[in-house]
Amino acid sequence: MPKMLQLPLRSRQQWASIALQAALVVVIGGLAYGAFINAADNLAKAHIASGFRFWDNTAGFDISQTLIGYSPSTSTFGRAFWVGLLNTLLVASLGIVLATALGFTVGIARLSRNWLVARLAGGYVELIRNVPLLLQILFWYNAVLKSLPDLHSSISISGGAFLNNRGLFLPRPEFADKFDYVAAALVFGIVATLAVRIWARRRQERTGQPPRTLSFAFGLIVVLPLLVFFAAGAPLSFSFPDMGRFNIRGGTEILPEFAALLVALTIYTAAFIAEVVRAGILAVSQGQTEAAQALGLRSGSTLRLVVVPQAMRVIVPPLTSQYLNLIKNSSLAVAIGYPDLVQVFAGSVLNITGQAVEVIAITMAVYLFLSLVTSLLMNLYGRTVGIVER
Amino acid sequence: MQRLATAFAIAMVLAFGAQAASAQTLKAVQDRGQLVCGGNGTLAGFGMPDPQGNWVGFDVDFCRAIAAAIFNDTKKVKFVPLTTANRFTALQSGEIDLLARNTTWTMSRDTTLGLDFAGVTYYDGQGFMVRKSLNVKSALELSDAAVCVQQGTTTELNLADYFRANRMSLKTVTFATANEAVRAYDTGRCDAYTTDASGLYGERLRLTDPNAHIVLPEIISKEPLAPVVRQGDDTWEDLVRWTHEAMLNAEELGITQQNVDDMLKSNSPDVRRLLGAEGQFGQSIGLTNDWAYRIIKAVGNYGESFERNVGQGSPLKIARGLNALWTKGGLQYGLPVR
Repeated sequence: MPKMLQLPLRSRQQWASIALQAALVVVIGGLAYGAFINAADNLAKAHIASGFRFWDNTAGFDISQTLIGYSPSTSTFGRAFWVGLLNTLLVASLGIVLATALGFTVGIARLSRNWLVARLAGGYVELIRNVPLLLQILFWYNAVLKSLPDLHSSISISGGAFLNNRGLFLPRPEFADKFDYVAAALVFGIVATLAVRIWARRRQERTGQPPRTLSFAFGLIVVLPLLVFFAAGAPLSFSFPDMGRFNIRGGTEILPEFAALLVALTIYTAAFIAEVVRAGILAVSQGQTEAAQALGLRSGSTLRLVVVPQAMRVIVPPLTSQYLNLIKNSSLAVAIGYPDLVQVFAGSVLNITGQAVEVIAITMAVYLFLSLVTSLLMNLYGRTVGIVER
Repeated sequence: MQRLATAFAIAMVLAFGAQAASAQTLKAVQDRGQLVCGGNGTLAGFGMPDPQGNWVGFDVDFCRAIAAAIFNDTKKVKFVPLTTANRFTALQSGEIDLLARNTTWTMSRDTTLGLDFAGVTYYDGQGFMVRKSLNVKSALELSDAAVCVQQGTTTELNLADYFRANRMSLKTVTFATANEAVRAYDTGRCDAYTTDASGLYGERLRLTDPNAHIVLPEIISKEPLAPVVRQGDDTWEDLVRWTHEAMLNAEELGITQQNVDDMLKSNSPDVRRLLGAEGQFGQSIGLTNDWAYRIIKAVGNYGESFERNVGQGSPLKIARGLNALWTKGGLQYGLPVR
């Protein structure tokens, strides 16, 4: 009897809440639609071109760093968009990897019992996170540029590389067709190693004996591809950078704008990640460590098996925020001329086409999309380290 | 970032705001008691605040001339510094009444931006500046060179065109503002800096050692710089166009800031029409008939403004060249006031 009384009541509440939410969605949708119609109307009234026809028009401007083929004479604005987006992704993804590595190192160092190490890490965090990122980017850019020699007194690095204020010029590997076999061998080696690891873990769970897999992994990932490499007749050559009248020709070039932005983003974000990591480790109660030691675990195993897995639960959500910040902060590239999405698309393309509404809308949508994907991936990862309720 | 924020704000205005009635610019300016003029802000000779914070320059004079025509007071102008990225949007959205910011008149800008260009105030062309130590005599030797350029300009497009047409390879380093591009060139990031020739002279003065740099002889493009207004307000466009024509006519007729009062007594019908002693020309553009007198009294004629800001009376020392009067071999040709 009480059940029957409860059900209609709860479902009435549910219906009310669904209706309310539906109304909200309709209102927001209506507002968005209204804004869209209003903008189209305003643009038409003001004789301003609108729509996305510009996407297929020839861009006509040059871009200093292109990861995909791009030529000012034939490529379109759409192509320029992808060039800019890839440049953003390149600096953001490398930045995330490097900032994570540096951040974890500094965060752990700050908890070190070594007085000097802990103070150095603390000083780093306090100095870096309290200076605006834009200033740091300009500092690195000008520091990099001004301290490096000009073209004609380039620093020559052994192995055929050059360093000057135009960038770092490295030999570019040129892969012959047969190099595919080497790549295939490498992929096989990695997959096989993973399979061996899974087998080893199962065996350890069954028997308690941890099998040694390191030499297997070395053989599969290093020795096997090397053997294939030589069997295929060493199908790899290098194109070396060569001094021209104005610039260095050939080889691969790392632009100073890219280097400055990457260094600044890494160092800045690492300071915040260090604090996140420190907080995460401190959040694991001391009793956990003591319990692990009482069970006879060594200190390395204690950290790896007991402390870090629990700390990760605390670390992952704020770490996600730092990744999102890094992705969005990469748009500060405009200050130093690194051709990221904002510089190329919301800069040159916006200007040449004059279609501010479309270009800004696309740019915002891209950052939103990148952030949501990052959040999603981090949430999935967070679930794997989260508490498993049994 | 601020640039992006501005562009965003303007995009939001376009999306959510109601477009101000576009045909009422003159009335809006008069009601406000102030002209809002979009300017450069960092370009010596064209638009830049002096050490006291007063804007000076060739484009600035043009805005002051319009303020003189409307209010008889050159101080009733508010200057808004704009970048290449937000200049057109600022005008489209109604944030400014007039854009006088060394802006090139091109067909695509004229036809797709909802804007109109009102007469060429300065015939310019794109050039290159390089270090003397490179021993470059011509822009055609610049194959492989790294060139610093400001983005979103006709310059950026001409640069790619010129290198392509001459089968030279190019390494562009693109910056959001001229300031950043010039600073990078100065530190040696690039072999050459390119912009409109007028700009090269101005920017050269800001380099660490101006004498270590030369401007190459090639002019690789046509850059007719023109003031810009919103499309659809013909009265306002007329006023802007005829302000320029009045200054040109004044120079052709020998009317200067000094002698304009004496010229009021002239018997020449051309002078009398221009200064408002005959005809209703001022009223036909919504002003009083002494509009041109006020312009000349306050700012001077075209030649005076040119020499004071970019010519022999300025540190830039740019020759009149294409901007000489048509009677002296140039292209500046005052349309008849009649």
